[in-house]
Amino acid sequence: MSEGIIEIQQLTKIYDDIPAVNGLSLSIKQGEIFGLLGPNGAGKSTTIFMLLGLTEPTSGQLRVCGIDSTKYPLEVKKRVGYLPDDLGFYQHMSGLNNLLYTASLNGIPKEEAEERAYMLLEQVGLGDAIHKKTGKYSRGMKQRLGLADVLIKEPEVIILDEPTLGIDPEGVREILHLIKELNEEKGITVLLSSHHLHQVQQICDRVGIFVKGKLLAEGNVESLTEQLFEREAIIIHVEAEPLSDELLQELQQLDEVSRIDYLGSSSIDIHCQKDITPKIAKLIMNYEVDLSNISKKNFGLDEIYHLYFEGRETNDTHKDKR
Amino acid sequence: MILTKIKDKINFRKNNDELDKNYKEQSIFKAIVQKEFTDYIRSFRIIILLVIIGLTCLGSLYTAITTIQDALEQSDEAKEIAKDSYLFLKLFTTSDGTLPSFLTFVTLLGPLLGIALGFDAINSERNKGTLTRLMAQPIPRDYVINAKFVAALLINVMLIFALGFLVMAFGILLIGLPITLEEFIRIVFFLLLCIVYIAFWLNLGILFSVRFKQAATSALSGIAVWLFFSVFYNMIINVISKNYVNPENTTTMEEFLNKQETILTISRLSPSYLFSESTTTLLSPEVRTLGPYTMEQTVGALAGPLPLGQSLLLVWPQLTGLIAATLICFAIAYYWFIRQEIRTN
Repeated sequence: MSEGIIEIQQLTKIYDDIPAVNGLSLSIKQGEIFGLLGPNGAGKSTTIFMLLGLTEPTSGQLRVCGIDSTKYPLEVKKRVGYLPDDLGFYQHMSGLNNLLYTASLNGIPKEEAEERAYMLLEQVGLGDAIHKKTGKYSRGMKQRLGLADVLIKEPEVIILDEPTLGIDPEGVREILHLIKELNEEKGITVLLSSHHLHQVQQICDRVGIFVKGKLLAEGNVESLTEQLFEREAIIIHVEAEPLSDELLQELQQLDEVSRIDYLGSSSIDIHCQKDITPKIAKLIMNYEVDLSNISKKNFGLDEIYHLYFEGRETNDTHKDKR
Repeated sequence: MILTKIKDKINFRKNNDELDKNYKEQSIFKAIVQKEFTDYIRSFRIIILLVIIGLTCLGSLYTAITTIQDALEQSDEAKEIAKDSYLFLKLFTTSDGTLPSFLTFVTLLGPLLGIALGFDAINSERNKGTLTRLMAQPIPRDYVINAKFVAALLINVMLIFALGFLVMAFGILLIGLPITLEEFIRIVFFLLLCIVYIAFWLNLGILFSVRFKQAATSALSGIAVWLFFSVFYNMIINVISKNYVNPENTTTMEEFLNKQETILTISRLSPSYLFSESTTTLLSPEVRTLGPYTMEQTVGALAGPLPLGQSLLLVWPQLTGLIAATLICFAIAYYWFIRQEIRTN
């Protein structure tokens, strides 16, 4: 197995006796978009800080671009662009000057920096606001400037902490599109953290679900679904009137059906191992039944996420009861 | 033979790379200093302070010059005496009572300038969210705090030297007396002392800016310390000395002197006191000692100014004390900043 561009092994960080990150192991391949998903306070930002060498891990190994970020943070920071979640700029300076300052901190010669800055500002759609002071930028504009700021050093990896936080849906779409574009055109590896599942789902090659400092599951959306809902991968929701016992029995006897949940007198959830919506529809039509709704429930990350939290909460309450 | 040559070449290359790296790092450091310096010059806070300091100093210079001119015009003899009595230094210390002297203004406004330069150095970056962005760049962490200090110090040096030389130039133009070399050196040392004094307050400001998350808290703490040392500390010393050095309780001369010394030592804990002591010594060569002395000790001494070397020797402990205080403040700020978590929440 080839070594990934980001390698994390048994990473642990303990703040005041409470583990913020607990035994995290993760490998991210070059050219991948990896989404780190988790609720607030799960340890996403702490992990990112350790990747950049801004915080020292309590134990564990970290390698970014083959470099140990705890020992050589400067070398890592030369290759990695980071967009913080509480992004801020020098408000009295124009967008261009903010970028040029970052470039000068990276030791990029002035002419080259200017060239890159103009190009990047055009690319992120800030061509009209190049000389506007960043104090007057809107949240969405700042986020785009942030992306340009990250890219000016031509990084191999970019780490985005909540890149879609506080932006309107159209802005989110544009930013995500931009990230995807960068990934495809320049082959930049992207690690992004978020708690907005839909958004991440759209562009991530793989996601990791991160709760209370632990990585619970990892993989692409489909494999996550499989991991989680082994036998009941698909739920078909049916609303019909009347639902006779005969019909239900026949449904139950289908090979693919594992279980039927009764939600009311006229609606049921059929848990199946495969997508057999047409088969079920035909079967129902054989009976004298008014079918008002038949739909397949897709497991998005929301469900995955929710399932984890439901599980966690019930576990917690169980413990309390004991 | 060939091998050694190749080896040499490799070594040479290595050195070159290192030089290149050093050069690059220097240019990065310079970039931060440049940016901070521009920020200072453009901020209204600093512009207002600079204007106030400039105006008050020129005002005090004007009163000093008119006083001296009046005295000179009274007789020709006065002019002769003036030549020998370090008249030029009087420009910085004399006033006619309407406006305080240059020295008083610097003592009063210098700390304010220092605090204004330093109080939001780190915490404003933190609050604006620029610190994380800055730290994600390939720069050593201490560059940030060092560069901020250097930029503020540059402002400080430029202001003080500009003002000092302006006063000298006006003095030469308006009084018409040439400046002697010794006077010039004394003034330069005085200006350096001012810079160290302001640098102390600057570092105190930076220290508070690292410690306190809110800029307002750090500014107020800085001003509180400044008020304490410039106003209340003297009062406290007075209260203590009234009881402690009461002639009724002291029996021998020696005891009296000892007590006087103790009080002096306590006062010297205040940077303002150190500053005023050393500046008066530098600007008034007649000052021969800074502690109490008896009549016996003055018997046989010729009244006359101290040579420059002796004056410097006299203020040496004060000067080193001030520099030490400055360094201690900076060291603590540096240590805290390096150890601090960068994340905001």
